[in-house]
Amino acid sequence: MSMIRWRSRRGMLELDILLSRFLETRWESLNEVEKNAYLGLLEYPDAELWDIISGRGAVHGAEKRVVELIRTD
Amino acid sequence: MERRKFDVAIIGAGGAGMRAALQLSSGGYNVAVLSKVFPTRSHTVAAQGGITAALGNVTEDNWLWHMYDTVKGSDYLGDQDAIEYLCRMGPQAVYEMEHFGLPFSRLENGKIYQRPFGGQSRNFGGEQATRTCAAADRTGHAMLHTLYQRNIQAKTHFFVEYMAIDLVRDGEGRVLGVVAFDMEKGEPLLIEARATLLATGGAGRIFQASTNAFINTGDGLGMASRSGIPLEDMEFWQFHPTGVQGAGVLISEGVRGEGGYLVNGNGERFMERYAPHAKDLAGRDVVARAIALEIHEGRGCGEARDHVLLKLDHIGREKIMARLPGIREISINFAHVDPLEAPIPVVPTVHYMMGGIPAHYRGQVVVPARTGPEEAVQGLYAIGECACVSVHGANRLGGNSLLDLLVFGRAAADHIVEFLKENPASPPIPADGTDLARSRLARWERRQGSERVADIYRDMQRIMQAHCGVFRKAEVLEQGLVKLEEVRRRLDDAAISDHSKVYNTARIEALELENLMEVAFATIRSALARRESRGAHARDDYPERNDKSWLKHTLVHRDGTIDYKPVRLKPLTVPSFPPKTRSY
Ligand SMILES: Cc1cc2nc3c(=O)[nH]c(=O)nc-3n(C[C@H](O)[C@H](O)[C@H](O)COP(=O)(O)OP(=O)(O)OC[C@H]3O[C@@H](n4cnc5c(N)ncnc54)[C@H](O)[C@@H]3O)c2cc1C
Repeated sequence: MSMIRWRSRRGMLELDILLSRFLETRWESLNEVEKNAYLGLLEYPDAELWDIISGRGAVHGAEKRVVELIRTD
Repeated sequence: MERRKFDVAIIGAGGAGMRAALQLSSGGYNVAVLSKVFPTRSHTVAAQGGITAALGNVTEDNWLWHMYDTVKGSDYLGDQDAIEYLCRMGPQAVYEMEHFGLPFSRLENGKIYQRPFGGQSRNFGGEQATRTCAAADRTGHAMLHTLYQRNIQAKTHFFVEYMAIDLVRDGEGRVLGVVAFDMEKGEPLLIEARATLLATGGAGRIFQASTNAFINTGDGLGMASRSGIPLEDMEFWQFHPTGVQGAGVLISEGVRGEGGYLVNGNGERFMERYAPHAKDLAGRDVVARAIALEIHEGRGCGEARDHVLLKLDHIGREKIMARLPGIREISINFAHVDPLEAPIPVVPTVHYMMGGIPAHYRGQVVVPARTGPEEAVQGLYAIGECACVSVHGANRLGGNSLLDLLVFGRAAADHIVEFLKENPASPPIPADGTDLARSRLARWERRQGSERVADIYRDMQRIMQAHCGVFRKAEVLEQGLVKLEEVRRRLDDAAISDHSKVYNTARIEALELENLMEVAFATIRSALARRESRGAHARDDYPERNDKSWLKHTLVHRDGTIDYKPVRLKPLTVPSFPPKTRSY
């Protein structure tokens, strides 16, 4: 978990804010598949991850659900 | 402590660190690059606007015009030798990146695309120039990816997720390497190097409202300061006029360029009063100051009257969707308003640090000594946002920072090559060489303490925002300094509850806070001492620029003492641009 928290520190403030909020409020409630999907999302470069979160990149299945959670308060 | 030996240790894998690393690795040197995060996640990735260089692809251009604009933009505090070097080398730096494979956007004739930015002129203050090269709105991202790929090919050795803690110096003041901390294992590592280069980026997190990512904690400045090196021109921070209130996320000038404008709590379009001609498109410092004044005088918006509104719904849905989709997305996510329907709450937000570790234009760190104000620290270099060369002086122009990374990244590497040839042997590490770093690490092993790092962090940011923001005056700054002293005392009494080894983010944040605290003190002390207004430093009680007394660089030491050194008004090969009133 501590590694995930560190890797959620990014080069863009937009992502820092959304991902840290997500970890604080949503992480506990995720199932294993969703947690793995989040790890997958962290592998994207910042600019692409921001595109995905702001709805300009295609993601499916568990990734899509996680992105929805990142977007909503 | 585990040891590794390299020719050069580079701390920071942003644009600056990676440009220098590439030059050195390609030259056959054994280079270590340390980064807190994966290299391509460095903050350079956030730069969207582009990189400025006088290519003349759209309008006729000349590096001397770029130099004039940069000197004027700096409010004459920039060193003209360094600015000449920056602007003269600009086109070459961009073409090198093109050659390395950076996918610049193209004009119809195939040349690199350029866009106009504020503060760019033709013919020494004439018509608008078009000088900023861009790879869509992804220039920083493209730069990092290109440099990273090239560095891998050149066999640069990356230490990813290593945090540098402190420099290692010997009795003669030579820098012999750095102690770092492996985040994954939680173990320290001594990197011995004949030359050490700091490229750790900015420190915008000292303020509550900041466009900077969480990682910008001024670690290089903390390290330099703790090892006895003063910091230069720390009173100069650029505030961007439109950061989203509460979040800090940047709303680019593009919005105002497309016709958006600012209104105060009375619904008044107040920029008409401050800049009747340019209105909402006046310079960043002018607009930021106007907003601060409106809020200060009780004309802010909202219940707390603590922000103003950026209105763009009148631009129309179609234009917003076509030209500003990213802005709409940011507004919905971070201000929770859809700008198609309602205005965006904004405040002036800290954006860029003009000051930093004093270095000359070939990257060597220089400090006052018996021989004069600029004696080189043997074995130590600084480049990028953490350095003060000083090309940005009292105010940076948009697009000049990315250029600074490339030009001085390469220049420092070239100087290091000469230095390594002259200094083939590495001096021994003294027995106490790693003490500074060890004691910092040991300090956070302590379990007793009543204060929490997160609380101190937040209070420091609030103090800096309230007492050292856009508008400054003596009594407010003095109060701020007293409050900051209190907060620092609390830091002495802080402890963390997590003492695990692996990715201990609590420890990392505590170490970062110590660095931020160094930067905050340097900033407020320098701001209090400079009794004039110049560029981004605006003193209510000294509203005018005063060249007679203050055309000089501040050097603030850790103990609070302040030195000054002259501005280098003499360029390398061309005549000087003498100080004039700065008006747009
Ligand atoms: C939102 C935004 C937009 C911008 N847009 C533009 C633009 O369009 N054009 C322009 O010219 N400028 C722009 N700027 C400014 C510019 O992006 C930065 O000044 C520049 O990218 C800084 O680059 P750097 O290489 O000095 O540092 P960074 O890119 O910040 O890299 C710092 C590196 O140091 C490492 N590091 C830090 N501390 C440590 C430590 N203790 N141990 C190990 N590693 C460490 C980090 O991991 C990172 O790799 C923008 C800035 C912001 C905030």
